[in-house]
Amino acid sequence: MSRVDHSEASSKFIEAKDHLEFHDRRLWDLRKKRDSESELLPEWEDLRSLASAIKEHTLSHLADYLEEFERNAKRNGAQVHWAKDAAEHNQIVFDIMSSNGASMLVKAKSMLTDECDMRPFLENRGIEVMETDLGERIQQLDDEPPSHIVVPAVHKLRGDVARVFSQTIGTDPDNNDVHYLAESQRQHTRPYFLRADAGMTGANFAVAETGTVVVCTNEGNADLSVNLPKLYIASIGIEKIIPRIEHLGVFVRMLSRSALGSPITQLTSHFRAPRDGTQMHVILVDNGRSERLGMADFWSSLKCIRCGACMNTCPVYRRSGGLSYGATYSGPIGVIIDPTFNLRKYSSLPFASTLNGSCTSVCPVKINIHEQIYKWREIIAKRHQLPFVKQQAMQIAGKVLSSPKLYRAAVETAGSSIDYLPRLMIYSRLNAWGRQREVPEAPPLTFRQWYLQNRGKK
Amino acid sequence: MIKAALFVPCYVDAFFPEVGIATLELLERLGVEVDYPLNQTCCGQPMANSGCHDDAAATEALFVENFSGYDYIVTPSGSCTHHVREHLTAIPQSDETLKVRGSTYELVEFVHDVLKVRKFPWAKFPHAVGLHNGCSSLRALRTAKMSEIEEPFFSKPLDLLSSVKGIRFVTPERPDECCGFGGTFSVFEEPVSAKMGYDKVADYQRAGAEYIVSADMSCLMHQKGCAERLAVPIKFIHIAQILNGARA
Repeated sequence: MSRVDHSEASSKFIEAKDHLEFHDRRLWDLRKKRDSESELLPEWEDLRSLASAIKEHTLSHLADYLEEFERNAKRNGAQVHWAKDAAEHNQIVFDIMSSNGASMLVKAKSMLTDECDMRPFLENRGIEVMETDLGERIQQLDDEPPSHIVVPAVHKLRGDVARVFSQTIGTDPDNNDVHYLAESQRQHTRPYFLRADAGMTGANFAVAETGTVVVCTNEGNADLSVNLPKLYIASIGIEKIIPRIEHLGVFVRMLSRSALGSPITQLTSHFRAPRDGTQMHVILVDNGRSERLGMADFWSSLKCIRCGACMNTCPVYRRSGGLSYGATYSGPIGVIIDPTFNLRKYSSLPFASTLNGSCTSVCPVKINIHEQIYKWREIIAKRHQLPFVKQQAMQIAGKVLSSPKLYRAAVETAGSSIDYLPRLMIYSRLNAWGRQREVPEAPPLTFRQWYLQNRGKK
Repeated sequence: MIKAALFVPCYVDAFFPEVGIATLELLERLGVEVDYPLNQTCCGQPMANSGCHDDAAATEALFVENFSGYDYIVTPSGSCTHHVREHLTAIPQSDETLKVRGSTYELVEFVHDVLKVRKFPWAKFPHAVGLHNGCSSLRALRTAKMSEIEEPFFSKPLDLLSSVKGIRFVTPERPDECCGFGGTFSVFEEPVSAKMGYDKVADYQRAGAEYIVSADMSCLMHQKGCAERLAVPIKFIHIAQILNGARA
């Protein structure tokens, strides 16, 4: 599998100036709204600490809480399945569908089903899958993955949506009106809810003590997906467990504030038991999570509640777009979990960061994201997954900078420092610094030379 | 009398000797006896931040060798301080290494927290200034309140600069946004890096800044390169230069 080249992809994103400016401004607005909301809660930092502590406790007792959840979900009348990886998950969904003679699935937004690549799996087996979240539906119709975990089509302008809809659901290609486009999609989707054989959601939280699946949405499409068809399937990553219903309040208070800067989502739906005459299935999915839980430096990434605050604040993400990461999860959280799926393929991602740390500071569950990015770089270098030119450049830099003599030879000859330092930093892409920036002028004397001339005799 | 060793980072040594000179002179004005170990080069950060800890080890060892004899090591760079303090881990954690890691201070921290100086009567800078806190200074060394965290306002660089005669501060729309330097990020992720720098400089220009001042010269090197390419007439100055009495 070929490596993702984030830098190359980002340069294409940056070329589309209108898209870039909108993307950056829109996501920065979300960050600002998040700040305004958190400022209103004097207990905000306490909430972060509490949320982090609850997640850490849960992750360190994960097996117990998963089994408690399973017992209670079964007691409620749900059927519980365990999937060790994406393939098992997809097969379970297919088996549930086919054993019930179901061929049409409406679904709410779920990053997990994207992670499992479920849609093509089912479609290849004759099952029609309809995304009902507006952003996710836009992306499905355009045959693109989501570019953001909360606002999946945020990289598109309204004109792009008008183009996609006109080609797929027959809207007027010249009408960019947001309400017209949203209403058209709504009218297009409604009949599918009525004729669907099955509905699916992900989960924001799964409460062990009650066996409840909690889904936070703004559009209401999850409730329609669950409550109209006779078959409901919830796909849940095993890290979504929280122990008690009383813990839910901590997370619900933070989730939408962190994600969108709104106090709460329009709907916080608790799905607990099948309605009379229907079935409720819960699939608990591992897909690498247990392995991640065993990684000393990276296990705490499992605390993530998928709010996207780290993406909204990330200056690199805002200027490169989610698709430039070439993975289901993009932005800072993607950078630290994607390499657990495929180190080689995603080896450039931990370098798509300035290590500025803003992500860590907005994270509602206090994941030390930028420190994990730093750690991934070390692992990628150790496993010889750095580009050859960078390896070479660093070897040379290490030799020169560890030798006072070589270092001085490189920086002290008048005029040579201008060649030297940028080359040290760039090496391969000889012109990279100078393509859009001026190179600093070399002064007549280095500091050390000045020091020897002016203070040498003291 | 406090005795301190001066560490002048490699890029300051090579490109911005005036920043090293201002740091040295400022410390001396404040009564510090300053040593400048002549065999110093770099702290190892460029290699370590690229993941290449093996390539950083010899440079880190040299740093410890040069500086382990001092109780205070002062440098005009937040990111180098952060590297030494938190990330000098490519070498064995000997007593000397641990001592060096615990004794290294960024200049603003040192003046603010150790010397506890707030007045610079010789300093006058009658200009509109945008203060750029480098990300290492802001979020790792915690020299100022960061906009992401709900906490009372504080700013060590502002505490020092506000006594400078005639200085006026302008605030950009996104004061804490990273400028996009990021070490080797600036060349291996050049498109995003340059765009971040352009946006940063434009933000300060809209705010009416004549100068951008920072405790981190590496951020300024990048921003200066962007401003010059954009022909934006903003000037750049290290905080040591203003505190040492630079006029313009």
